[in-house]
Amino acid sequence: MNYVVQRLLTFPLILLGVSILVFVSIRLVPGDAITAMLGTEAGLLTPDQRAALAAYFGIDQPIWSQYLRWLSGLFQGDLGISSIYGKPVLSIILERFPLTLQLALMSMLISLSVGIPLGVFAATRNERPSDLIVRMLAMLGQSTPSFVIGVLIIYVLSVFFGFVPAMGTFTPLTVDPLASVGQLIFPAITLGFAFAASVTRISRSAMLDVLSDDYIRTARSKGASQRSVVWRHALPNALIPVVTLSGVEFGYLLGGAVIVEQIFALPGLGRLVLDAITQRDYALVEGTVLFIAFNFLLVNLLVDLAYVALDPRIRIGGR
Amino acid sequence: MNWTNTRKLMTGLAIATALSTVAFALPAEAATLRMAWSQDATGLDPHTQPAFPSIRLLELIYEPLVRLDPELNVIPAIAASWEFAPDAKTLTFKLDPNAKFTNGAQVTPADVKASFERILNEETAAVARSNFLSIDTIETPDAETVVFNLKTADVPILVAMATINAAIVPASEIEAGKIGTETVGSGPFKLDSWEPNSREVLSANPDWAGGDIAIDGITISVLPDETAILASLRAGQTDFALLNDPLVATMVPNEANLQLNRVPGLAYNVLQLNPSRPPMDNLKVRQAMSCAINRQEIVDAALAGEGQVTGPLTMPAFAQDPNSLFCYEQDLEKAKQLMAESGVSGFTAKVIAATGEPPVAASEAQVLQAQLAEIGVNLEIEMMELNVYVDTWLAGNFDMAVAQNGGRPDPFPMYNRYFTKDGNLLKVSNFVDDTLDTLMREGQAETDPAKRVEIFHKFENHLVEQSPWLWLSTGYGYTAQLKTVSGFVPSPTGTLFGLTEVSIQ
Repeated sequence: MNYVVQRLLTFPLILLGVSILVFVSIRLVPGDAITAMLGTEAGLLTPDQRAALAAYFGIDQPIWSQYLRWLSGLFQGDLGISSIYGKPVLSIILERFPLTLQLALMSMLISLSVGIPLGVFAATRNERPSDLIVRMLAMLGQSTPSFVIGVLIIYVLSVFFGFVPAMGTFTPLTVDPLASVGQLIFPAITLGFAFAASVTRISRSAMLDVLSDDYIRTARSKGASQRSVVWRHALPNALIPVVTLSGVEFGYLLGGAVIVEQIFALPGLGRLVLDAITQRDYALVEGTVLFIAFNFLLVNLLVDLAYVALDPRIRIGGR
Repeated sequence: MNWTNTRKLMTGLAIATALSTVAFALPAEAATLRMAWSQDATGLDPHTQPAFPSIRLLELIYEPLVRLDPELNVIPAIAASWEFAPDAKTLTFKLDPNAKFTNGAQVTPADVKASFERILNEETAAVARSNFLSIDTIETPDAETVVFNLKTADVPILVAMATINAAIVPASEIEAGKIGTETVGSGPFKLDSWEPNSREVLSANPDWAGGDIAIDGITISVLPDETAILASLRAGQTDFALLNDPLVATMVPNEANLQLNRVPGLAYNVLQLNPSRPPMDNLKVRQAMSCAINRQEIVDAALAGEGQVTGPLTMPAFAQDPNSLFCYEQDLEKAKQLMAESGVSGFTAKVIAATGEPPVAASEAQVLQAQLAEIGVNLEIEMMELNVYVDTWLAGNFDMAVAQNGGRPDPFPMYNRYFTKDGNLLKVSNFVDDTLDTLMREGQAETDPAKRVEIFHKFENHLVEQSPWLWLSTGYGYTAQLKTVSGFVPSPTGTLFGLTEVSIQ
């Protein structure tokens, strides 16, 4: 319990560090909200016009004073107003988050349900042709970039099946579950492709380790069937590295999948950050990155706690 | 595979197809045009938005006094007629009495006056302000007439008014400070909703003075990847799309159900030299570079053939045959001779280019690099994110820049910013020349169209000979549509105003 409290106490410090880093780095990049909006036409502005616009975007103050103003807003739950959307940053993030969360969950589900059985299958057929085929597929999956798979999926669907998933807007699960899942299934497959490959490889090697343990030999000698040995005795222990990997991956996915969201035109967190950066919407960049960092920390904490549940031998912060 | 397995597979596929049809079929909206583009509008204030997507959207919602037809002739919009005084110092408009804003109010001379006062007010930061600095006073003698009194003779001001950056907005909305947050225009469509970077919903304006519109409205989806737009068109889920990438556009004609509309644009691709830095301050060096490049080869290699070699004047009414311009035929011997005469024996220079803007910038820079190496000019290419590029470009902080600059239907507003002595982008061009300045002034004051063409031809010839920049090519503007859509007429300005004539079968 102490461990959890300790971890929770470090949250604000880490988030503060992240916020300073983002605040400074986005302002160090050349160009500002004015050049982002006007492009080369910004050169036609008179100094007075430029000053008026700088005041409008809130970038006329020194950077430390901008930061303090933003931080004081943060303590009141106010992440600022987005200059692109003209709405509170928090409300935009909360609008985009359901898509990102659903996409992350769906792609995790796809990769785990494909990757674990394949890894176990390969481990039980170690060095046989079927193992080699699985390993080759896994290698291919890991080395193919998601933009290739995404574009390929869209191409195949539109050319051979005459349809593409709904693009541009998102139908939430609560409004129309079938349409919602249908819209995200192909992006989820695209995202899940590479991760399924990683899961296959990790679960295969973990399984091989566990299968050579003494307790497995004991189980076999007691007459346990192959199925029971693999799925009941070996798998739970082989899953620990998969949980670690999944936790980290899930944390990343909650930050939005920029490339896949871009290809499938999905309004998720990844595209939100990208648009915010290219259009120099400072408040939106800061708010979104902070939100993503918070999710990442939370998921990692939950993964640590999941170890305890999976393996009673692990005592976090133990004596 | 045995029969049972095959049957299972087929059944599975059939179910999957049925499911996906249920999941992906869009509701039938017979008379609503489903449109897609890859870049969204960035704001709704017609006076302050320079980005093409914003202008394309706002042209459907607002109207200027006059607009340009696809041949770039000035035609009526809110103004039914207009007249210059013989000295070109007074411009009088008669407004269309049927022109109405979507709030029901008639468009009055007071609205016109308030709109131009807003544009001229420095605090507005209006993009087109510099085109209207010759306006002295605006009079509204009766309910239909607006008179612009000009400080100097300014003929190009009429064409400058034919842009949505000079849109007429209600005086009441200006007073209420609602321009940019609410859209009350007099144009063919009303904006019902806008989710930035996601989608826009427009409905036809039944009170539009321009006539009846055959479609009920337009939904615009933002699909950032243009191959996804093509897929969506192919699948019949998008009726009409705006395309930027020539490589995607060239794939459209391969699809039986699609039609590509292609029109040469006014924007031009150019290699900007910085004549304030040695050795580009040496005329012979600049001319040698101009003679060394093969412009058609750049079009073929970097633009996949999708473009035309151009001189500085891209608008059809003023354009000359590029082959008549100085050194537009590649001449390596002459180039080498000019380099020898310049006293410069080869040099290295940094050329900046923006990633993805235009999509062909990097390949253009590479072809130029290969061609200029022939005369000992070694280019180091530096690719930059667009914002970083813009910042560097505006500061004039480059040896050379690969750029795509926007065109205008008239040479004066197109080049006065770069090549007159008080041009406000002189810092970018770094080039002052008495002849260019004088010719620009003459062209601004001349009212006879034929004489104007003559003046600007002289301007163009001199500019190309001085070679501060090396003009390369114009690209095409592309739209793609299902063959069930008819009536769209594209324009060199890229406007989507032609959608007012569109119908869907």
